[in-house]
Amino acid sequence: MTTRLGILRDSEQKMPDVTFTVDGKKLTAPAGTLLIDACRKAGIEIPAFCYYPGLSLQAACRMCVVRQEKVPKLQTACTTMVAEGQSFITESEEIAAARKGTIELLLGNHPLDCPVCDAGGECELQDMNFKYGAGESLYTEAKRHRDEQQWSPAVFYDRPRCILCYRCTRICGEGMDVWALGIENRNASSVIAPNLGNRLDCEQCGMCIDICPVGALTSGAYRYKTRPWEMNHVSTVCTHCGDGCKVTLGIRTSTEGAEIIRGDNRDKSGINNDFLCAKGRFGFDFVDHPDRLTKPLVRNSAGTLEPATWEHALRIAATKLKEIRDTRSGAAIGVIGSNRTTNEENYLLQKFARTVLGTNNIDHERTTDYAAFARALAGHPGKTATLREIGRAPAILLIGGDPTNEHPLLAWQIRTNVRLNRARLYIANSKPIKLDRQAKATQEIPAGGYKNLAEFLDSGQSDFSKAVLAEESLIVIFGEEFRSAAVDELVAWGLKRGNIRFAYLGDHSNSRGAADMGLFPDLLPGYVPVTAPGAFAEYPNLPSTHGRTLPQMFEAAANGELGALFVVGANPISRLELDPEALRDTLVIVQDLFLTETAALADVVLPAASLYEKSGTVTNSFGDVQLARKAADRPGVRPDFEILVRLAGAMGVDVKTLVPFAHGSVTGDLGQSRGAQAGEADRHSVWLEANGLEPKLSPFDSLALLDEIQRLVPGYAPSESFDRFSLFAGNDVPSELGNSPGFVPISTLRGPDLIAPNHDGLFTSATLGRYCRGLTELEQHQETVKEAVAAAD
Amino acid sequence: MKPGVASIFSPTLAARFDVLVEKYPVKRSALIPMLLYAQDEAGYLSEAVIAEIARRLSLTELEVRNVASYYSMLRFKPAGRYNIQVCTNICCMLKGAYDVLDRFREELHIDPNGTTPDGLFSLEEVECIGACCWGPAIQVNYDFHDEIKPDHVPGIVGGYRGKAQAEGKK
Ligand code: SF4
Ligand code: SF4
Ligand code: SF4
Ligand code: FES
Ligand code: FES
Repeated sequence: MTTRLGILRDSEQKMPDVTFTVDGKKLTAPAGTLLIDACRKAGIEIPAFCYYPGLSLQAACRMCVVRQEKVPKLQTACTTMVAEGQSFITESEEIAAARKGTIELLLGNHPLDCPVCDAGGECELQDMNFKYGAGESLYTEAKRHRDEQQWSPAVFYDRPRCILCYRCTRICGEGMDVWALGIENRNASSVIAPNLGNRLDCEQCGMCIDICPVGALTSGAYRYKTRPWEMNHVSTVCTHCGDGCKVTLGIRTSTEGAEIIRGDNRDKSGINNDFLCAKGRFGFDFVDHPDRLTKPLVRNSAGTLEPATWEHALRIAATKLKEIRDTRSGAAIGVIGSNRTTNEENYLLQKFARTVLGTNNIDHERTTDYAAFARALAGHPGKTATLREIGRAPAILLIGGDPTNEHPLLAWQIRTNVRLNRARLYIANSKPIKLDRQAKATQEIPAGGYKNLAEFLDSGQSDFSKAVLAEESLIVIFGEEFRSAAVDELVAWGLKRGNIRFAYLGDHSNSRGAADMGLFPDLLPGYVPVTAPGAFAEYPNLPSTHGRTLPQMFEAAANGELGALFVVGANPISRLELDPEALRDTLVIVQDLFLTETAALADVVLPAASLYEKSGTVTNSFGDVQLARKAADRPGVRPDFEILVRLAGAMGVDVKTLVPFAHGSVTGDLGQSRGAQAGEADRHSVWLEANGLEPKLSPFDSLALLDEIQRLVPGYAPSESFDRFSLFAGNDVPSELGNSPGFVPISTLRGPDLIAPNHDGLFTSATLGRYCRGLTELEQHQETVKEAVAAAD
Repeated sequence: MKPGVASIFSPTLAARFDVLVEKYPVKRSALIPMLLYAQDEAGYLSEAVIAEIARRLSLTELEVRNVASYYSMLRFKPAGRYNIQVCTNICCMLKGAYDVLDRFREELHIDPNGTTPDGLFSLEEVECIGACCWGPAIQVNYDFHDEIKPDHVPGIVGGYRGKAQAEGKK
C-alpha cells in the first residue's frame, strides 16, 4: 500500500514535460498541468473568478476562456490540461468580447455600490470590469435586490454582490472540512446559504470572507470601517497559538497612534499561505480594549495602585530590586517570563535575571515539556519537522492533542496534505477528534496509555501498528500528553527506527521561544545546563546552581524567603491557581497589557506593548522562527525589551553589557562607509545586511540581541537554513533543537506536574483571550447555535 | 438508517428507502428519488423530512436543501391535496392558458401558490409540462388534462371534489 501510493505520488510529480504555445510563446510544463497554472507561472495572467488553486475545479464563471487551436469553441483555461503541441491564444477581440459578456451577465443584478463596498479597491470583479469595460448593459429590467444577512458576528452576506463563484462553499467544505455553506435555488435566484438557514454553525474562521473575490461576504470586524488603500499593511506573526501564522494587519493612523483594522493573509506568504483561524483574523481587538494599561501604576502608602510616570515607576522598581539583591542576595528574587514575548525579550530577561539580579530563579508558565524534548533529541540534529514539512510529508502519525481546536494551522496543514498529496494520516488518541475524518487509520488509546505507545507500535500486532511501521518516512506529532520520561521514550523509539522526525505541541505564540531562550531555573538558552562547566562564560557573575521553579518561588514567598517577584507577561495567579496570600510580603513587579489577577497584586505595574506593537523574532511549536513586525502603536506602553533595558539602566547597569549597540562591542554604521551613496537608505540597508552588518544604534533595538542569540544558542546558529536574509524578508526559518548540548542531566526541576497546558480552543487564548471581544462574541454565538441545534434534535 | 431511530415515513416507504439507499455505488445518488417519494407521501419537504433523508444518506441537511431547492417541483410548504398546475408557457399561453388560469382562480377563490381553506386544492402556474401539442394543458398531481377550455374548469374541480368525498367515505 505504502509503495503503491508512494509511486503514484512520484509518478504524478514526474509527469513528462510537454511543450505548447501560448500567445506565440513556447512554454514547457509537466503534462496534465492546468493551462491556467502553466500560464500564471510563465507570467501570463488569465482572469478567473471561480478557479482557486488547491480547491476542486468548478468551471462556473467562464472568465478564463481562451481559444485553443483546432477546437471549435472557447475553452476554459481552468480545466484544460496541457499536452504536447497544443496552441492557445489568451487575449483577442473574440476573447475580450466573451469575457465582457460574462461580466455583463454578472452585473445584471449586481448593485453599483463600489463606493461603499468593503471590497472596492481590491475587488476582482471591479478589476475585470475596468479591464474589459462592461460599463453599459443591454438589460433594462430592475435589478433584483435582497437585503443583506448577518449569519454570525463574523460573517455577513450581501446576495446582490455575489457572483456565485463557489469559492466560499469550497474553502469551507474542502479546506476547513466544516461544510457549513451551500448554494440554494437556481440560476439568478441562487443564494449562498448557511447551514442553519439564517445562521452559521461553524468554526468562524472567516476563510470564506477572505476568499470571496467580491464584497458579498464581509467581516463583522472590518465592514464599512475603511477602504483598503487607506491602510498600511504590516506582515507579522499571530500572537495566539503555538502555530505561528503569518498575519497581515491593516493599520490606519488614529488619534491614538496606529490602530489595527483588519487581519488577513491575502499575500499568501508564510507557512499558513492564506489560512488564518478566527483568532488570527479577528483576535487583535485586545490592543484597544478600554481596560488596556497605558500608564505605569505604583502602589501608594494607602495600599492602592495609582498612575505614575515611567521615571517614577522605574525608579521605585529599580531601587527596590537593587536593595533586595544587595541586602538579601539574588536568591531572594524570582523572575517569571512570558509565553508571548519575543525571543530577544526572553533572552534579555534571563540575562537580566542571571547577570543583573544574580539569580537562576527564573521560569515561565510551561505548557509543554520542551526541555525533555531537547534532552531527548540532544546530539541528533535533523530530527524535528517544520510545519512546512508536515504539509508535504507522505505519512504522519498524530498522537494525542486536538489540532483542530488547539492548533488550527497544524490541522489545516494536515488536511491539505491529505487532500492534495494523499498523505497517510494515522491517529492515536484517547478520544475521537475531528481529524479522524482524514485519517487512514485510527487507534484508540486509554487515557493513561500513551506511555506504552512505542511498545504497542513495535509489537506490530494490530493493523494500525503494521501500517505505521511499514511507512518509509514518518513524522510523529505528539501532544502534551507526553511529559518528561515519556518524551524520552517516544523520541528514543523514533531515533532507533531512524526514519522518524518529530514535532511536539505547545500552547502559545512563543512558548517554544521561552523554553529555547532559557526561561528555566536549571537551563540556560539553548537548554545548556547552568551547572555545565564553562557554560555562557561571558556572562558576568552567572550563578552556577539551580534556581527555583515557578511553584517553588511561590512556596519560598509564602515562607518569607522571596523578597521580590518580577513577572513579565504572565498571570500565574489565575492560570496556575496559586494563592495570592503567598505574595503578601513579597515585592511584586509586573509588566503586562492588562491589570491581570497577578498584576493586581503588584507594587509596580509597567504597561507593556503587545506582540503587534513591537518587533522581534518568535518561534512556533515546530521550531520555525519568524520575524514579528511592529504594526500598531499605542501611547503610553513600551515593549518589554525597552522596559527591561530601562530598568537595568535605572539599577545602574551599563546597558551595553546587556545589549550590544553602537560603538563598543558592535559597530553601528549609519552609512559613513558608503561615501557618496550614503543617503540611499534602502540600498544601504541591503548593503549592510549583505555584509553581515546592521545599524544597531539604540539599546532598544531588540534585534541587536539576535546576533548574540545566534552566537550563543546552538539551535539558532547561522546556517544555510537559518538565514537572516530570509528571516528578515518575512520567511520562516527552522531552528535546530538537536543542536542542544549532548549531555543534559535529568534534574528534579523538571517533572510532569510543572506542565500546565491551557487547552485553548478556537475562541480562547489564556488571559489575553478575555480581552478579545470579537472572539468572545463568536464563542457566545457558537454556544447559542449549538443549544438551538441540540434543542431541535 | 440506524436501527432504533423512528422513521416519520410509512413502513412501506421506509422499507423502500432502505432498499434505495443501497442501490447506487454512492449513497447520495438516491437523494432525488427519495425527495420525490417523500413529497408524495408527506405532501411537502418539511424540516423533519429533510432531516431524515439527510440522516439516511449521511449528508448534511444543508446539502439536502441545496439539491431540493434547485427543483421547482419540490415544495417546502404544504400544498392542497390536489395541486393544480396550469402551464402558461408559450404554446399553452397562445391557446388561452391565462383564461384557464383565471377560471381556476374564480372557481377556487385562490391565487396561484394559494391553497383553499379546506386544504383540498392548491393552484400553481408552471412552465412547459411537455403537452404543447394539446395545449392548454394542466397537471393535477400526476394526472394530465389537455385541450382545456375555461368552461371545463368547474367539471374538473367538481370531479376531484367528488373523488375526495368518495375516498373520505371509504
Ligand atoms: S467562517 Fe470558516 S467555517 Fe464558517 S462558513 Fe466561513 S469558511 Fe466555513
Ligand atoms: S459569496 Fe463570494 S465567494 Fe461565495 S459564491 Fe458569492 S462571490 Fe463567490
Ligand atoms: S492557527 Fe494559531 S497562529 Fe494561526 S491564526 Fe490561529 S491562533 Fe493564530
Ligand atoms: S475560472 Fe475557469 S470557469 Fe471560472
Ligand atoms: S407549453 Fe404548455 S405544455 Fe408545453
